[in-house]
Formats: sequence, structure tokens, C-alpha cells
Amino acid sequence: MIHRYFPHTSGDIAAMLAKCGMACLDDLYADVPDSLKLKGDYNVPSSMSEEEVRAYFRDLADSNLPLTCFAGSGFYDHYAPAVINHIISRSEFLTAYTPYQPEISQGTLQYIFEYQTMMTELTGLDVSNASMYDGSTAVAEAMLMAVAHARKRNRVLVSSTLNPIYIDVINTYARYHGVKVDLIPEADGVTDLGAMESMLADGDVAGVILPSPNCYGILEDFTGVADKVHAAKALLIITSPASVLGVIKTPGEWGADVAAGDAQSLGMPLNFGGPYLGYMCCTSALIRKLPGRIVGATTDASGQRTFVLTLQAREQHIRREKATSNICSNQGLMTLYAAVYLSLMGAEGLREVNEISACRTRQLVKKLEETGLFEQKYPGKPYLNEVTMRYKGKAALDILLSTVCADYGILPGVQIDDDTVVFCATERRTVEEVDALAVALTAAHDDVKDIES
Amino acid sequence: MNRQLYGKVIFDLSKPGRRGYHLSGAGCEDTLSSLPASLMRSAAPRLPEVDEPTVVRHYTNMSTNNFGVDTGFYPLGSCTMKYNPKINEEMAALPQFAALHPLQPIFTAQGALKAYYELQSLLSEIGGMAEFTLNPYAGAHGELTGLMVIRAYHDSRDDKARTKVIVPDSAHGTNPASAAVAGLQVVQVKSLPDGTVDVEALRPLLDETVAAVMMTNPNTVGIFEHNIPAIAEMVHACGALMYYDGANLNPLLGVVRPGDMGFDVMHINLHKTFSTPHGGGGPGAGPVGVRAGLEEFLPNPRVKKLEHEGQTLYYHTDEPSALGRISSWLGNFAVELRALAYILTLGREGLKMAGPLATLNANYIKESLRDLYLLPIDRVCKHEFVFDGLADKSTGITTLNIAKRLLDHGFHAPTIYFPLLFHESLMIEPTETESIETLDEFIAVMRDIAREAKETPDVVRDAPHNTPVRHPDDTAAALKPVVTYFQL
Repeated sequence: MIHRYFPHTSGDIAAMLAKCGMACLDDLYADVPDSLKLKGDYNVPSSMSEEEVRAYFRDLADSNLPLTCFAGSGFYDHYAPAVINHIISRSEFLTAYTPYQPEISQGTLQYIFEYQTMMTELTGLDVSNASMYDGSTAVAEAMLMAVAHARKRNRVLVSSTLNPIYIDVINTYARYHGVKVDLIPEADGVTDLGAMESMLADGDVAGVILPSPNCYGILEDFTGVADKVHAAKALLIITSPASVLGVIKTPGEWGADVAAGDAQSLGMPLNFGGPYLGYMCCTSALIRKLPGRIVGATTDASGQRTFVLTLQAREQHIRREKATSNICSNQGLMTLYAAVYLSLMGAEGLREVNEISACRTRQLVKKLEETGLFEQKYPGKPYLNEVTMRYKGKAALDILLSTVCADYGILPGVQIDDDTVVFCATERRTVEEVDALAVALTAAHDDVKDIES
Repeated sequence: MNRQLYGKVIFDLSKPGRRGYHLSGAGCEDTLSSLPASLMRSAAPRLPEVDEPTVVRHYTNMSTNNFGVDTGFYPLGSCTMKYNPKINEEMAALPQFAALHPLQPIFTAQGALKAYYELQSLLSEIGGMAEFTLNPYAGAHGELTGLMVIRAYHDSRDDKARTKVIVPDSAHGTNPASAAVAGLQVVQVKSLPDGTVDVEALRPLLDETVAAVMMTNPNTVGIFEHNIPAIAEMVHACGALMYYDGANLNPLLGVVRPGDMGFDVMHINLHKTFSTPHGGGGPGAGPVGVRAGLEEFLPNPRVKKLEHEGQTLYYHTDEPSALGRISSWLGNFAVELRALAYILTLGREGLKMAGPLATLNANYIKESLRDLYLLPIDRVCKHEFVFDGLADKSTGITTLNIAKRLLDHGFHAPTIYFPLLFHESLMIEPTETESIETLDEFIAVMRDIAREAKETPDVVRDAPHNTPVRHPDDTAAALKPVVTYFQL
């Protein structure tokens, strides 16, 4: 019995083999040494019916525990309008390849162009590419871009207030690319800019990577930073989750050369880590150093506005071993996700998202402080939807947080050390949920306060 | 596909006062204004102001100018544009996966971790490898990861002089680029006239400075590298490792496993061989597999299984011996779910048929067109093959002309001008999900184009004629790049 994905009848197979002068399918592999051939079948289950596949996945899905999310740390639980999934599921978009044939790919090219425009608006920079994989790899590629731009200098300064996951990825890329990464120390929850200055003075710096908001949720102040970085002939790279760029001072306004980060916060599902959307924008002076694909506008033979992939001479398939990035497939469809999201939300919607999230996070701080179990670790520092709290309860913190997950169905932030938790509240969280978090922490603390970690 | 250009961009439809969202924000007061103005934007971003019906109609109309696998035949060589099953989409969208935060405790994500573990185990079986990581986001990202694994392995043995990667001249462009990003020098080895690697040219290149040899098999001209056991032996003898570029794995499904061919490290493009949609350029996934003995170098986090007294626990670890982290978390997880659904749906019986049927389809087209198109390598091909343009070179009709003429007939173009071994490369990969009727239509059109090339060459040269746009001015686009709406 032939599988439903294959249109071949036995008659078709016989006719096609005859055309090829062959007697059986094995003849197609006559050039493969017998010693290499698979003996028998793969050790893979027998073909499942659609209903069996559904049941299999339902079992898997049911063994996950859905939680009310108060965690962020690079991955944000924002609201997604219902429209988006319908649009991105259209198979004309979903099942297309990279738009190498512009004549039959105007749909893809057009939404990438819209996305590029929106990202340049959010970052305040001139040019956006057609996406990177995720925020961490986008920042790592921005580092490679800075090193390629600097030619001989290969030292990159990275703030220790950057998300530690991003630092891990940067270190991996750096190690194998011969880049020296030096961490700028932090002072009171923000990048120590004085230390940065003296590290710049040591020379050999190709780029400086700074986050805002940082891994504690604090909005950093980069006044004067760009001048210092540029005086050292290095590039300034600023990374932020895309959503907050709707309201905070943009990388462009700070004088950054490159903005790179994750656009998952534009309503993309958490999806246990992906697909997300790495973004990268730069000044027009750097356009030819920007990795990845770029869509540009032009006209066709009859004068119609037309979109094409442009400046492809930068890319891996042309430059091969001279390439400074190997990115090929990126997160294509997720740029459509971002474009539809930003079309629906607009500037005002994005402002409201941030307004409600910021307000909810303050309500959360108040409630958590009322429990007597937490206090703000960096009081007075400006923040939006994430805040770092110091734990002062009796129970072991890890057990307390696990208990809140297991018994109350709430994910209460991300623990970053023995007594510190980063909480996040987006516009999806309600007053009642914030109250429930405080109640759950208090009750769970009573339950487990006598248990050792 | 709608052959009239829709052509609007969303900014064209913006009108102040319209909105496409409604947030409740119950119980919220003004908060942002309390933040220091020096840390806030001086002006709002210029984003469109549009209502919901306008947004839906805009993107729907836009989609009609796009061509996908669901629209028609997509014989794009080395891209494996097979059917993307719908059940996969449904499974990947299940809310109990979509809502999972990466950093939530493992006991609340057992189903997701099990899905990851099961897929990596299935890929290990199919690849003939010991373990896979699913963390890389795309094929090129997998190559980079695989090369880093190889470097981590050599480093662990204090074998630090190995700085070269040998790549055949027919390799995918990402291979040399990935090597460069991984800090390795690229040495090219030439191919024989039959498209396979020249073993005698390879031999003198192998010494203690070589980290790896990167190959795809079948290669980019669709020919099986039958010398692979000898090559693997030579490479291993010099202390280097064999890297398998899995872009062309599809025809080997059910027939040969890369691990059994002597490869040590490999990647798989889930968006090629395992049917996940290309999405107009991603998201894909590029899992990397390694043979036994190299597992410890795979990137963090790794997913493992613990069985204890009849209980099973799936968990993730950060290993100190790993090459490090190459992605935020566990890769494009929803893409991984699709590939898992595909493998379970095909099962061992279906997987065993996929490779041979893909190969049959390619050979059928090749044999049906070889009298009119120049076949530079006349051998049984695998999933794809390459014509060097028309057989009759007197017409002046190029591969580009042929590709564009195909668009008029409702076919996507083949891959053109790659591999670089021939001047007029036209690389055709039909995949196993195309019927003989579709292939016959394609063959008839290709034959018709060959006839037109002789009789009415201008029709071919000026193609396409009935696509939404015709002859975009690429030069103007590159000379003065217009890359945002506000530059228009």
C-alpha cells in the first residue's frame, strides 16, 4: 500500500522505471556499494494514521503543565491578535521558498519590505535585514560584523548586564572566530560605564555590546556612550526586546551603529524556545557589512513598483569562503508575523502594551512586597515590564518557586541566584492574576518553609 | 496564483485614527510618564494605522502574488520542496506547546522535552549517528555548529594545528562560508568530470592541519559519491573528521545512512528532507548529529532521559565539555514538532519509499529531456540532476531565459547557475510528492521551451510574460538601495 503523501501507483512506477531502462527501484541505487546499504528497515515505528498521530501528540501535550507566566528573561508572554495565525498559515506564504524568483514572490518580498521599514522605525536606524535566527545569534552576528568592520581589531566589550544566555552564545561564536570577549562589570545593576571607558582605552576594541532593558529589567542610560565608543573607532551595538522599542529611547537615538535582538516580544508564542525572530538593523553607512538578506524596491518593465532581494554580493552564496556570515535560511515567515502584529497594533497599540505591562509590573512589585517575602533589589532604577526582587523568606527559594508552579499553576519568574528572582508581567496578566501570584507565594511559603533546599 | 500585481504595502493603507487592536488594561493607570524622559523615545515610531478587516484583506491579497508548494510544482534543486503535510501544522500549534516558557521547570514541560528527545532519537536512527542536537536554527547554522563540534573535539585532544576544512568545488555556498565563520581556512578540492570528488586530488591535501572534510552525498550534481568509503578511510587516517552536509539526504532515505558511510558529524535540514515548510526563507531547523564518542561536544542545552523504577524523566543539561551554546534554547521547537509528526506519519514503511521515489522522479525527468537539454554527466542521478542549458547552443537562449519562461507556465524555476561546475547549470529536483502527471506536464513545457528557443526565441528571451511583475530592474535596486517605505 502506497503512503498517502506519494502519488505513485504501481503502474506509474513501472512506466517510469521503463522510461529509465530499469526493472526495479533498487536499480536506481546500483552505484551505491552494497556494503553501505541499509539492511532491513529503520528502527522507527510503523506508519501512524492521522488519528494516531493526533493521539500521540495529545499525550505529549497533556504531559505539559500550562502555567500563568510571570517569567521573562528574554522570552515574553505578550498578547497575539487572532488575525496573525490566519495570515501566516496561508500556504502561499507558508510553503514558499526564499524569494529568488521575484516575479512569483512579490507577496514574500513585500512583507519583508514592510517588516524592514517597521524595524527601522522601532530601532531608529536606517536599514534592517530580512531577519536573523533569534536574539542571541543576532547579537553574536553583530559582534562578527563589528570585527569584520574593524579589520585588525578583534576585541569586543560586552556588558555583564546582558542576558546570560546571550553571553553564552556570544562566547561560543567568539571562541571559534578568534574574537576576544571582555565583560564590562556592572555597578548597582547597570553597566559600569566608567569601567567601559578604561577598557576602551586599553585599545584593540572592535565593538561594544550593551543591553537596555538589561537582564535585571533596568533601563540603562547610555548618555555619552556613543561618542566614547566611536572615539575608539569601535561600533556601538545595542540590544533590546523589540516590543519595548515602541517606547524607550531607540538605539538610533543613543547613537548606536547596530541594533540587534529578538522580536519574539511582538506577540510571538513562547513555543518552548522557537521559532522566534532575530532582528538586525544598522546605519546606512554599514549596509554592505550587514549579514543576511535585504529586500529593496525597484520597478519592473512596465514601471510597477517591484520588490527584489538586493545587494546579494554580501551573501554567503556569492562570497563563499570570504563571507563574514553564513546565514542563508533565516526566520522568513516570522517577519510576516511581526509585520502583521505591528500593522494591527500600530504605535499606539505598542505604547499601550508597554503602558499596561509597566503598570502591571508595578502592581506586582507592590503585592510581592506586601507578602514580606520579597523586596526590590535595585529600588529607584527605572524599569518597564521586568523587575528583579530579592528574596528574604525562610523557605529555600528553588523549592518555593517549584511549589508555586506545581501546586498553583503559576510560573513565578526566573531565579538567577540564591536569593534573586526576575519577575515579568505583560499586558496579558490581570490584576487578579497578580493577586493570585502573591497569594500562591505566601501559601507555598507556609507549606515548604521547613524544607531544606 | 493571481497574475495581476496587488502591489500595495500596508503603509499605503494607513489613515490616522484607525486601529486594529483592543487591549483591556483593566485597573491600569498612567505609568510610562513617570519614567525619566531622557530614557524614552522622542517621537512615536511611524507604524501604520489600520483596522482589522483592512489588514486581513491586505495580506490575503498580497499572498495571491506568491507561489508556494501548495500552488504548484517547485523543482528547485538542492532545496527539496516537497509537500508540507497539514497535520504537522495542527500538531505544532497545540496550545500546550505554544504556551511553554523555555525557562519553566522541567517537570512542567515533560511532553515538550519528550518530543525533543524522541525526534533526536529518530534522527539518530535515520542518520546512523549516536545523538542529535536540535538546537541549530537552519542548515547553515547546523554546519557552523557541526564544525564547532569538530573543533571542540580536536581541541579536547590538544590537536590545535587543525585549521583547514576541505570542501569540494561543487559544494553548497554555505559550506565554505560556515567554515570561515567557524574560524577555519577553506581548501577547495576539485571534482572529476563525472562530478564526484577527485580522490587523487584529495589525497595530498590530507595532513595534520586538516580538521575536516565537508561533503554532501549525493553531491550537488545529484551523483552518489561511490568512493566515499575510501575517502572516509583516508580522512580518518590523517586524523581529520568527515562532515556530512545533509541538504541532499532525501534520496538516501531508506537506502543509506550517513553514519554507515563513515561520516562523523552531520546536519539535517528539517525543512528539506523532513517536510517542514520553508516559510519564504525560514524558520527552518538544522539538527546536528554525531557518531559515538563525540556526544560530549554537542551544544548546550542537551536533552536527556532518566529512567528510574518505572518512571521516566526528561531533562536538560549544560555540559562543561560542550562547544558552548549556539542558540537561546532548544532550537525552532515548533518546527521540530512538525518533523516529528512527519516521521511518525510516514513510519518506517513510508520513509523507505521516500528516497527511491524521489530518485525515480528525478531520473524520469532527466531521461525525458536529455535529447533537448545538455546532460553533462550521464549517469543515474539521485534526487536531482543538472543540465548545462539547452543541447542546441545555437539559439543563444540561456538558462535564465528558460527559468523565466517556466514561470509563465505555472512552474517554479529550477535552481540556476549552481553548481558552479557548468556555465548554464539548471538543477532540477522534483521530490517524491509529485505525480507522473505533474512531471509529464513539466516535461512537455520544457520540450516546448526548447522548440520555442529555435522557432520563436524572442518569446523565451523576453519571458516571463504573464507574471505579476516582469523584468525587475535589479541594477537600479542595488545602485541606490531603497530598503524602507519612507525612502520610496
